[in-house]
Amino acid sequence: MTTEFLAERKNQIATKGEGKFTIECAKASLAGSVSQRACVFCGSRVVLYPIVDAIHLVHGPIGCAAYTWDIRGTVSSGPELHRLCFSTDLREKDVIFGGGDKLYRALTELIDRYHPRSAFVYATCIVGVIGDDIEAICRRVAEEKHIPVLPVWSEGFRGSKKDGYRAACDALDRLVGTLEPSAPVPECSINILGDFNLAGELWILEKYYREMGIHIQARITGDGRVDDIRCAHHAKLNVVQCSGSMIYLAQKMQEKYGIPFKQVSYFGIEDMAAALYDVANFFHRQDLLDKTANMVRREVERLTPLLDSYRAKLTGRKAVIYVGGAFKAISLIKALRLLGIRTVVVGSQTGRPEDYDIMARLCDRGTVIVDDSNPIELATLAIERGADLFIGGVKERPIAYKMGMAFCDHNHERKEPLAGFEGMTNFAAEVYGSIMSPVWRYARKGGVQ
Amino acid sequence: MIEVTLDSPAAENYVAAATTVNPCKLCAPLGACLAFKGVANCIPLIHGSQGCATYIRRYSISHFREPIDIASSCFVESATVFGGAANFQTGLDNLISQYHPEVIGICTNCLSETIGEDLPRLLHDYRAARAETPLPALVPVSTPSYSGTHVDGFHAAVRALMSGLINPSLPSDPKRINLLPGFVSPADLRYLREIVADFGLTLNLLPDYADPLDGGNWEQYHKLPEGGISAAQIATVGTAAASIQCGRVLARADQRRQGGGAWLEKAHGVHCHYPGLPIGLRETDDFFAALEKVAGIPTPARHRAERCRLIDSFVDGHKYLFGKRAIVYGDEDLVVGITSLLAEIGINPVLCASGGTGDGFASSIVAVTADSRNLFPEPLHALNNVDFDRIAQMAGELKPDLLIGNSKGARLARELGVPLVRCGFPIHDRIGAARLLHLGYRGTQNLFDRIVNALIETKQNRSPLGYQYM
Repeated sequence: MTTEFLAERKNQIATKGEGKFTIECAKASLAGSVSQRACVFCGSRVVLYPIVDAIHLVHGPIGCAAYTWDIRGTVSSGPELHRLCFSTDLREKDVIFGGGDKLYRALTELIDRYHPRSAFVYATCIVGVIGDDIEAICRRVAEEKHIPVLPVWSEGFRGSKKDGYRAACDALDRLVGTLEPSAPVPECSINILGDFNLAGELWILEKYYREMGIHIQARITGDGRVDDIRCAHHAKLNVVQCSGSMIYLAQKMQEKYGIPFKQVSYFGIEDMAAALYDVANFFHRQDLLDKTANMVRREVERLTPLLDSYRAKLTGRKAVIYVGGAFKAISLIKALRLLGIRTVVVGSQTGRPEDYDIMARLCDRGTVIVDDSNPIELATLAIERGADLFIGGVKERPIAYKMGMAFCDHNHERKEPLAGFEGMTNFAAEVYGSIMSPVWRYARKGGVQ
Repeated sequence: MIEVTLDSPAAENYVAAATTVNPCKLCAPLGACLAFKGVANCIPLIHGSQGCATYIRRYSISHFREPIDIASSCFVESATVFGGAANFQTGLDNLISQYHPEVIGICTNCLSETIGEDLPRLLHDYRAARAETPLPALVPVSTPSYSGTHVDGFHAAVRALMSGLINPSLPSDPKRINLLPGFVSPADLRYLREIVADFGLTLNLLPDYADPLDGGNWEQYHKLPEGGISAAQIATVGTAAASIQCGRVLARADQRRQGGGAWLEKAHGVHCHYPGLPIGLRETDDFFAALEKVAGIPTPARHRAERCRLIDSFVDGHKYLFGKRAIVYGDEDLVVGITSLLAEIGINPVLCASGGTGDGFASSIVAVTADSRNLFPEPLHALNNVDFDRIAQMAGELKPDLLIGNSKGARLARELGVPLVRCGFPIHDRIGAARLLHLGYRGTQNLFDRIVNALIETKQNRSPLGYQYM
């Protein structure tokens, strides 16, 4: 291992096949390490942001709100309140005298103007320090305006992005079970947890579930509606993707309402098919299973010749995967394998030990697995392992491009749907297009020689 | 007629809101970090909680499309309660051992400021504890995000670099000039280097992120990109014959927010010229006049020729422009510069808006539009401390023909059905933001052509005739 990596991070980088596989994770980022992680606020914001008929008010100075204004590719089939950026924009005098009054006025004016179905108030770093009583203000406004007004305890210093997921799930937990549906909920009904409808991905999944005969009670949170989420306790099953962000809510709902959950992934053929079969099996109905099997067979048959043609050209390429959530990384390893691409470095910002164990099992010997990495590590490892392709987000993109590696954006900003069977087609096309682009003939290193 | 207050017709129903909706500004640490990227082998460190560094990286990478490493001292709950001294020391140690920087630019954020972190004391303790070790230059700057905007953070960092790195005992150098253009594009910085070289002067460009934020493909991985002004060169700012600090609004700033040129003039007696941001003919003339004074030579022929061609194009394009209504928004001095250009070419700047909070915005707009004011009898609105929500409300009544500003106005332009001429920061929905040239005769030419063509294209697209000539 390269000596220049920080000694304190040694145990967060492991290589498969070099002794027993162990990796440290779920630690706070090391000071000065240029982590790719954001913060608690980020975790909460990404989870709740796709609820389209709620006010998302960021209580703090302008930065946190400004940097998260309409930056994700999450789309709505109706209202678009989520695409507006609301901040109390605290100034020096608010910091000195408190921002509570401003928060109250902001909530009141926003609710009067936009008539949302609920409001979320995100606490940012300094709010805890200056002592605004957000809980009391939210309660007061909720009583006055007759909608749920929920604090989100997302002060940036409270932990990592993962703690932000938890804070978001706490807010959602307070929402679930507060409303009764106006019509009876069908027998085969699920909640979708952890799909954020990036580039309309949820709609692809909805199509599959509709074909199977499954009713979706609440979308949590992609294309999400407050009232559906409030009634979510009437679904029979929670289907959880992006488990890092949503498992906590699923567990809470199991405790409170006895709703079981299944962890799934919608990326790649194997995981997408497994997700649909898992759901079909849960309801113990032959007609559901038959429909599912037919649909999966049809889709796989349609995809196979296409993937074969890509694989013929991509076999032997090597990839780095570095994404926020570990579950996605696991799916990507499998999806790349369908294209003949081997994963040589894989990591995530917020993985758990069991996630990394799965990665280690899936990957070949010599693959490096890394937790909470940084640009120096990612660049060094990618170059050392001779990667042709990098899968990550905006922050990883320039590392890949500078070093002449193809790139696929698998983060929240993506504009092409990558989930589901259709998504696999898009993914293959994107990977192929970037790897095969003639620009690498002129860029100096890496890529296609 | 200029309206700079809230009692104008378009604004009469507007009540100052408690909420900022769709901000037209960013926070101070972003500006400071980008200024630090203009120093050779410098890495910025945000002392405080971790998310800010990541958000600022993501936001800036989307614009520049270059690697932008910014470190954080990664406060957790204990640091927030007991102070961040340990994080500060570990953060610096780790940065030094990984990046081997020559300079670390250290800015605060709202958290570290609110809990009262004392950067000078922390630095003193750090240096004392490592007296035996050679350290990089450590430049602290206070950038609480609840005060001012990214532009204030940018200027504060430039000031801090100058005051922190100056060596006052160096002999004076009559051929040296300090140029502080403000938050402009890498293409602008390259062009400024070219101009100053043509005047035969040695340039201290503060800061110079042209190469770090707009570089070539790499043969090997660079932890810190190449380029930028070196610490050794910044040490010479006191030796210069003069400084040029651009921006009318910056020139009017109080002592707390003053530019580096003003600081140097007061603290070390280096004469400073204060032209506006050189956009449009008149502001650029002022800028070249300042250079002529410092260099003692007239403007070189090729720049005079560029000026002539610019005026020629003004004539060629004027019929497409007269009376067209524009909304200009963004950083205060950029808005003033573009408004100055609009006033020269017959476009009516119906709203000049900024999220900035400095004094002197409205009066600067008044100054650059004075000559052409009688052409357009209706009020001109010059408003700072506004958000896009306010801009959108006013746009509904002002019926602009085009928008000029960063890509955060793209949705508004689409709703209004008018073109957006992208300039400034951020531009997240196009490539080439770093290559956009705004300044000088050449940058004005570029802006002018883009503005005229945006209007021509709109007319062409709306015409049922399918013109192939316009």
